[in-house]
Amino acid sequence: MITSYKIVEHLDKKALHSYYRQMVLIRTFEERAGEQYMLGKIRGFLHLYIGEEAIAVGAMASLKPQDYVVTHYRDHGHALAKGIGAKEVMAELFGKATGTTKGMGGSMHIFDRSHNFAGGYAIVGGQLPIAVGLGLGASYRQEDRIVLCFLGDGALQEGAFHEAMNMAAIWKLPVLFLCENNLYGMGVPVSESLAKKDIYKLADAYDMPSLQVDGMDVLAMREVTQEVADRIRSGNGPYFIEAKTYRFRGHSMADPSVYRTKVEEERWHMKDPIAAYKEWLLEHHFAMEAELAAMDLSVEKEMEEAVKFAEESPNPTASALYENVYAK
Amino acid sequence: MPVITYREAVARALREGLTEDAGMFIMGEDVGAYGGAYAVTRGMLKEFGPRRIVDAPLSEAAIVGACTGAAMGGLHPVAEIMTINFTLVAMDQIVNHAAKIRYMSGGQYHAPLILRTVTGGGAQLASTHSQSFEHWFASVPGLKVVTPATPYDALGLFRAVREEEDPVLFIEHILLYSARGEVPDERYTVPIGKADVKRKGDDITIVAYSRMTPVALAAAQALEAEDIDCEVIDLRSLRPWDKETVLESVKRTGLGLVVEETWRTGGFGAEVASTIQEEAFDYLDGPVGRVAGEEVPMPYNRALEQAAIPSPEKVAAGVRKALNR
Ligand SMILES: Cc1ncc(C[n+]2csc(CCOP(=O)(O)OP(=O)(O)O)c2C)c(N)n1
Ligand SMILES: [Mg+2]
Repeated sequence: MITSYKIVEHLDKKALHSYYRQMVLIRTFEERAGEQYMLGKIRGFLHLYIGEEAIAVGAMASLKPQDYVVTHYRDHGHALAKGIGAKEVMAELFGKATGTTKGMGGSMHIFDRSHNFAGGYAIVGGQLPIAVGLGLGASYRQEDRIVLCFLGDGALQEGAFHEAMNMAAIWKLPVLFLCENNLYGMGVPVSESLAKKDIYKLADAYDMPSLQVDGMDVLAMREVTQEVADRIRSGNGPYFIEAKTYRFRGHSMADPSVYRTKVEEERWHMKDPIAAYKEWLLEHHFAMEAELAAMDLSVEKEMEEAVKFAEESPNPTASALYENVYAK
Repeated sequence: MPVITYREAVARALREGLTEDAGMFIMGEDVGAYGGAYAVTRGMLKEFGPRRIVDAPLSEAAIVGACTGAAMGGLHPVAEIMTINFTLVAMDQIVNHAAKIRYMSGGQYHAPLILRTVTGGGAQLASTHSQSFEHWFASVPGLKVVTPATPYDALGLFRAVREEEDPVLFIEHILLYSARGEVPDERYTVPIGKADVKRKGDDITIVAYSRMTPVALAAAQALEAEDIDCEVIDLRSLRPWDKETVLESVKRTGLGLVVEETWRTGGFGAEVASTIQEEAFDYLDGPVGRVAGEEVPMPYNRALEQAAIPSPEKVAAGVRKALNR
């Protein structure tokens, strides 16, 4: 696993700061969403991304705007990192007409075509064949475009994963499979539900190159995905990355997390991706306390506005029920 | 009589099965340490151990297939598929394999598999997590399908399901888990394929199942104020289904209304309505009415979702229409 970063040489202070701000933005967004859920403003299932922010931010930084992202239901962090507005995502969680899917999809199904965010998919594994298809389209039309496909460790256990991996590999499609291994699929440890110990080696079965990276380290994520994305972009076919991480909250808001030990949780909290990155920035004089505090503050403000926007936005009209079932 | 919840009734049924039947085990996603997505199997891992309460990988096809194989080999598996939406991932194993084993093997093998799953909308889980597919399974020869609406029926039906020698889908409803009802301590069973008249009435026969049963009952109650006397029949089983009870009732009331949560096109209500007109045409005072879900993927927004699911108000409107009121 990577410990020193070559990539830093190519990055300016602005970029380094933006990763910090984006991670804080995702964290704060999720905290606000959790609060609004408790207030009953957000309903249904709500899966928070807290603890996993470095993956979305680090990976997305190596994408071009035209690149597609498809993901699972724990998708707010991915959406925000792709540049979708916090207001629109929050409004979606509130089920409002101003939301990313006009209140139709909710938390688990964020889509935004203008950002090439081709969806959050709530059936585990469901997004994988779709990622293959988006890659097929890009390759067919010879577009300069790759697909970043997020998946959980749980998705590795579904047949769709294996079918998609094989297809992407035989057809050398421009798909980056990025597995967020947070050690659990709901309450079951991945060690008890997956025969492979080192997840990234699953790709060997398809002769697909793969690697493992510390998903709590935003710069490592940035570095690794940049290399891999470049490689895919130049026509070398799909790649599989395993990012090791941990969700700091329950599976969803409904989960009291009884299956995890306090010791384990605390051990991972020590690796908090935001705290660690903050420390690194300060230590290497890429930022001053005051600059980071100012970013924290501006994020707070942005989130306040996002919640207000969501709160004040109109509900979809009754006629929306029958819109978009078909083109006509 | 003791009053328990629907969730407690299912849990009691499972405990009873695990205690009385050494070949019974539960296999599903998060049935163990997590306690089940809807907390039905909570505590069972401790009580029965990991051989009987099996946390399976996220592999619906293999869960159903492995349980089918285990059933062919003489065990009595209870496969839990977290929600009916995810049975689609296992559809091949259910329909092409489990349902066919007895027939296809010329009666040499059979698969007494119990597939428990959770149907329905109304929890704002949006389109991929709010569907009702029980009528699809009910159209497959080789499968049996039960859809309890009360704690009493859940426990009684599960006991009957345990006596079956073929695959049965035991379909619970996401919004019924906290519903309460009387359940006697004495042993009873509810036979498969037997409907239950949940309310007696003379003016119209409302046929429902699963959560539409309490919805229909609420409508019937409200219609009392308009001097309309509804009979409410809960089918309880969709395959086989109890047409005798339905026909007997419709012949008496002269009117029928079928209520279901799923989409209208191809819904189970179509089967019931057509059977009524085929076999009780001369007794009917008007067409058999239908109230069903709106034909859209389920929206997340609360008001829209509520508009998509049949409500007591919609059922009452259906009754008034049938009665020309
Ligand atoms: C096919 C299917 N099976 C089960 C579920 C229920 N479910 C939702 S998320 C989840 C766990 C997924 O774990 P993982 O892929 O590791 O993602 P994580 O939640 O850890 O981010 C389960 C079992 C589902 N949505 N789809
Ligand atoms: Mg996981």
